[in-house]
Amino acid sequence: MDFTPEQVERYSRHILLQDVGVEGQERIHSGKILVIGAGGLGAPVLLYLAAAGVGTIGVIDGDTVDLSNLQRQVIHFTPDVGKAKVLSAKEKISLINPDVKVITYHDLFTAQNAFDLIEDYDFIVDGTDSFPVKFLINDACVMKGKPFSHGGILRFDGQTMTHLPGTACYRCVFHSPPPPDAVPTCSQAGVLGAIAGMLGTIQAAETLKFLTGAGTLLTNKLLSFNAKNMSFRTVKLHKNQHCPVCGEHPVITELAEGEQAFCEIKNRKSQA
Amino acid sequence: MSKIKVNEEIQEVTLPLSLTELIRTNSATPEMVSVQLNGDFIPQEKFPSTGLQDGDEVDLLYFMGGGAR
Ligand SMILES: [Zn+2]
Repeated sequence: MDFTPEQVERYSRHILLQDVGVEGQERIHSGKILVIGAGGLGAPVLLYLAAAGVGTIGVIDGDTVDLSNLQRQVIHFTPDVGKAKVLSAKEKISLINPDVKVITYHDLFTAQNAFDLIEDYDFIVDGTDSFPVKFLINDACVMKGKPFSHGGILRFDGQTMTHLPGTACYRCVFHSPPPPDAVPTCSQAGVLGAIAGMLGTIQAAETLKFLTGAGTLLTNKLLSFNAKNMSFRTVKLHKNQHCPVCGEHPVITELAEGEQAFCEIKNRKSQA
Repeated sequence: MSKIKVNEEIQEVTLPLSLTELIRTNSATPEMVSVQLNGDFIPQEKFPSTGLQDGDEVDLLYFMGGGAR
């Protein structure tokens, strides 16, 4: 494709980059990315992918903007409280970069719609806040051979890994969701707002590296950081032969919702 | 005293010591971590019966589920 003079100017700092250039920017422009969750992680991911000129961005989230979101979900502004998060996100994306085609799904990511949703996208970004959905994203992507970025944050900590078909998946590392009360979520234990930005921008960078082919992705590695002492650590991983979804004898062969219903009921009870 | 590397930091421990005991002395519970011992994942049900040796390298990987809400 040919960029207009305005586009050449808009993307000039990418075009100047030796590992991106015009060709890389064209790949970004024809990229289709699905971001699951327009919250703490989704916000910086969406902002940077929009600014970068990703051609098609899908965003799925069933929530509306709450006042308590604004401390870290930087794509939503004070007047957006009460608005569907996907609509609020779409408005900002279009203001940042009218080149981007935004597809919104005001819905939850479920075992029923997972395959249909991921099918049209090149790369999926996990910006969700529940273990059952993180495992569901993993299973759906592994089964359909879709690359994705896992991200999780809590308090002052963050972790992320990138999966490509054939490399270690989330279940290779974390076999199955923890018992509902063993690990708190951000809504229970809190999170420093900027942590979402630190981790989300790493996920955005991985997405752009995937599209352009620049550098080496965080595959077969788990990056984790603790912002209290600003320590970063990358743990080497390998595909786990006992993995229940990608191992030698997979026991998970279809998507299931059961674990999520259990977890949400438990959470509601503990918050009541 | 024996030396075990936990998340890249050397800890002095007294053997025999099981993975479950090591996890607890690191202020964690077996339900909230995934464990690599010398680069291999150990299934949770084997934590109590897995004995550590001098020089072992252990990675305690913590579940982190936050992101959207
Ligand atoms: Zn796996």
